[in-house]
Amino acid sequence: MHLVVCVKQAPDTEALIKLKPDGSGIEEAGIKWVMNPYDEYAVEEALRLKEKNGGDVTIVSLGPARAMESIRTALAMGADKGIHISDPSLDRADAFVAASALAAAIKSLPHDIILCGQRAIDDDSGQVGSILAELLGVPQLTIIMKLEVAGGVAKAVKAIEGAQVVLESALPCVVTAQKGLNEPRYASLPGIMKAKKKPVDVKNAAALGISVEQKARIIKMMPPPQRAAGKIIQGDDPEAKARELVRLLREEAKVI
Amino acid sequence: MAQEVWIVAEQRDGVLRKVSFEIASAARRIADELQTDVAAVLLGSGVSALAGALGKYGVDTVYVADGPVFQNYTTEAYAAAVAKIVKEKDPAILLLPASVQGKDLSSRLVGKLATGMASDCTELRIENGKLVARRPMYAAKCFADVVIDGTPQMASLRPNVFAAVEMPKAGTAVAFDAAIDPASLKTKVLEIQKESGGKVELTEANVIVSGGRGMKGPENYALIEELAAVLGAAVGASRAAVDAGWRPQTDQVGQTGKTVSPNLYVACGISGAIQHLAGMSSSKVIVAINKDPDAPIFAKADYGVVDDLFKVVPEITKAAKELME
Repeated sequence: MHLVVCVKQAPDTEALIKLKPDGSGIEEAGIKWVMNPYDEYAVEEALRLKEKNGGDVTIVSLGPARAMESIRTALAMGADKGIHISDPSLDRADAFVAASALAAAIKSLPHDIILCGQRAIDDDSGQVGSILAELLGVPQLTIIMKLEVAGGVAKAVKAIEGAQVVLESALPCVVTAQKGLNEPRYASLPGIMKAKKKPVDVKNAAALGISVEQKARIIKMMPPPQRAAGKIIQGDDPEAKARELVRLLREEAKVI
Repeated sequence: MAQEVWIVAEQRDGVLRKVSFEIASAARRIADELQTDVAAVLLGSGVSALAGALGKYGVDTVYVADGPVFQNYTTEAYAAAVAKIVKEKDPAILLLPASVQGKDLSSRLVGKLATGMASDCTELRIENGKLVARRPMYAAKCFADVVIDGTPQMASLRPNVFAAVEMPKAGTAVAFDAAIDPASLKTKVLEIQKESGGKVELTEANVIVSGGRGMKGPENYALIEELAAVLGAAVGASRAAVDAGWRPQTDQVGQTGKTVSPNLYVACGISGAIQHLAGMSSSKVIVAINKDPDAPIFAKADYGVVDDLFKVVPEITKAAKELME
């Protein structure tokens, strides 16, 4: 079984995000970069499928030079080889351009299942997996919490509002991972040593033959709206404070 | 030339979902500014009669593909049908809900229509005849204004953020043939397991009561559930509570959970880690109950109670119950 996993490097969830003074982007200095957490579930699921069915796991990542760290992390977890799509012209890639680059790299690989995180925690757009599936002409199973593959068919569970849906798809297909799919393993020390010797191809946009023209364009970034200072309800008696809170919610905030 | 503002309405089991009216109202406001019409695409089985309900919220025309192939949502059938009618009629703007289904459908459509989309938007405006969509990034640690250079200009809208406003228009149903061959579909829905007890869905709830690490154990969530029952609220949890196994993953609010925008969010025993704040900071009113006066949640709260939640929450439940009666 040929498994491909798309991974992206993103700021750690605890990272403070500061904007450049002109609002053109974020200040990258001082940020701790990690593999996007949803992509870790995707890598883990691919490794489990390989352990069960045999085959190989290829990691594909689009990003600047530092993205190589996330590729090495995935290789240390047990993936076999990597492709690093690195090109300054792709630094501001939108979802369509990013998916085009990933699709161009994956087309030349044998692939039964392509796994992605359901979204990246930096731009939070959640589009790349589906666009990639469309560009590869394969079906998609998105935001998946449980996956079973047998007899050339993928069976998956996803949570929708108020229900769980069980889906089935022919292979090849794209699966995007939701939290809960599995518990990602840590890279072992021998794994980390071995990862250094695993092959990683570096490709640029020209080698992939893709257009880098973005269709969704950020014109300005800004800090979140400030909330007005809140009111701390004073007093020592829990009952009195509870009554005052309920009164304020009814009479002042008008939300209950 | 592309002109109209379109939405893809969402229905389940033959009932339009509230978010459909929210995006219809958002579309109407933009269309009025652009002096154009609003059309909706509606897919389902036996759903043609729902067109009028969309008309009530400002939709002029409803393009309906009705048939058994649309009984349950599948990406393939729905995306092919929407893409077909969109390519034929060429709207300028296409809005979808950022619901679970809407996220799946909208992103596949971005691929099919080779355009761009601003996901999970919280504000829309028109500037120089173009859509400008504001959306949170980095888990709402910052926001971005996005324009789309492709056609149609696509945006998905966060549920519970845009007001549904009645604005009666014709809502004329126009049937179209999506020409989907069921035999060509590579995916199918095997089963839909509904959650029992009519639980309120977090992303659609008007009120949410959430518990965190301060709950000390799964057994204490009864306190949260009692308050939620009185307020007609959904129950949420922090990552700490979910990772400890106290609550299911589907209850998690935050960066690696759900993003919610209720009218009222009551955080009990939640310190307010940045990844939790990310998921609930677009709530209209936030209440924090925590015994640590320095907990970061208080910086986001409109109302704070610094006290032991085990003493305060039952009193809130009691006071709210008396008020409701």
